[in-house]
Amino acid sequence: MFRNVAELVELAETNNKKISDIMIEQEMKVRNKTREEVLETMERNLVVMEEAVERGLQGVKSHSGLTGGDAVLIQKYIATGKSLSGDLLMDAVSKAVATNEVNAAMGTICATPTAGSAGVVPGTLFAVQNKLNPTREEKLRFLFTSGAFGFVVANNASISGAAGGCQAEVGSAAGMAAAAIVEMAGGTPSQCAEAMAITLKNMLGLVCDPVAGLVEVPCVKRNAMGAANAVVAADMSLAGVTSRIPCDEVIDAMYKIGQTMPVALRETAQGGLAATPTGRELEAKIFGFSLNKES
Amino acid sequence: MKYKSVFDIIGPVMIGPSSSHTAGAARIGKMARELFGREPEWANIFFYGSFAKTYKGHGTDVAIIGGIMDFETDDERIIEARKIAKEKGMRVKIREEEALTEHPNTARINLGDKDGEMELVGISIGGGKIEIIELNGFELSLTGHHPAILVVHEDRFGAVAAVSTVLAKHRMNIGKMDVSRRDVGKMALMTIEVDQNVEEELLSELKALPEVSQVTKITD
Repeated sequence: MFRNVAELVELAETNNKKISDIMIEQEMKVRNKTREEVLETMERNLVVMEEAVERGLQGVKSHSGLTGGDAVLIQKYIATGKSLSGDLLMDAVSKAVATNEVNAAMGTICATPTAGSAGVVPGTLFAVQNKLNPTREEKLRFLFTSGAFGFVVANNASISGAAGGCQAEVGSAAGMAAAAIVEMAGGTPSQCAEAMAITLKNMLGLVCDPVAGLVEVPCVKRNAMGAANAVVAADMSLAGVTSRIPCDEVIDAMYKIGQTMPVALRETAQGGLAATPTGRELEAKIFGFSLNKES
Repeated sequence: MKYKSVFDIIGPVMIGPSSSHTAGAARIGKMARELFGREPEWANIFFYGSFAKTYKGHGTDVAIIGGIMDFETDDERIIEARKIAKEKGMRVKIREEEALTEHPNTARINLGDKDGEMELVGISIGGGKIEIIELNGFELSLTGHHPAILVVHEDRFGAVAAVSTVLAKHRMNIGKMDVSRRDVGKMALMTIEVDQNVEEELLSELKALPEVSQVTKITD
């Protein structure tokens, strides 16, 4: 069983395997299941992700009215051919947004690793697949590789916004996605770890400050940027760029930053964007009163 | 390690919007339901920390009520759980507590019917994973990831041996075992995680032990 990224990479490289192989084998061992059973469970999760993106791309609206419809806008913009950052990147962004808009509307999603950060992994998968043309099994592998890195973060740091801020949620999700993109694009296990490290470094310190306590503002757009961050970091890693700080130390830094983060910035709707005048105004409009107990 | 399966990370499939505040809450509710063993007539739910501040936005209240009615995390009836509980005649009260708890996502559930009452404290640790940390005043650590047997027994010598002898007779392997007590020499709670699901016959044998006053099981 691997306890950190260094062990995960070593297990893969000394056995000449992929990260996804190591995760699949560990799951078979832990759950006492066959390879087919493990893949089948992941297949069900993949179908949920596909359905959520599809629903989001048709346009949804949350009960509060704060979010919905942005995925549709971005897709229309891509279709004009004027995108500056490129079609693949904007496609990933729109699909990450689509998933989180469905989540905000209390639709069915698959947490990756959490619901608030559920857009990044499927968003990037469904964008890069158009360029890399993976088989069905390779798509499942994408999710196992994401899961392997998320597994390390969850056990050694945190994936909870209430415990570690948004860096623990969207930050972790983006790192997981970056690593999975690298594997799907043919990169080595070490390159997967570099992509994870580069991504997470750029998410450090991100607070969890949802307006009105809803998983909507800024969560949906943070998923968009998490997806963009993941694609760019994967490209950097595939180009041969490495992180000066090893992946496990970045994860540890994230954990310590989370521990020292004020409670107001850890999913309590008491600080950051939630405490801005507009944030408070939206909150009062939605609930008919403000959650700000201090005032 | 707190997380053991890749499906703790890629999963659960759930109704939005929050894995800790919606899916985790539903699981805490469902665990309460399973430990109580039947649908309660009433439930008082106390939220602490981030749960208390943001439960309205996350649907934590409907999720936990849904869980108490035995709904899974991906059951769309969660959205209407308050209404469904009302139709069933279940009386539900939600309270926001100011007290600081060790974990920011903490819920206390007090539920019951004319035949009995139960109180438990659950925490939602992220990604939909939960732990039950208190049951009727006893400290414990229960994740619901393995089948488990909970035994309330007299706090005296031989009680643990008597219970483990019955388990051995049924060829039941113990994965993890905890004993917790409120006062020395009175009642204690044994939490036993096992590898396979527990048969009724084993439970009734445990119930028949002179030291034992109550037995409950959790299925995988």
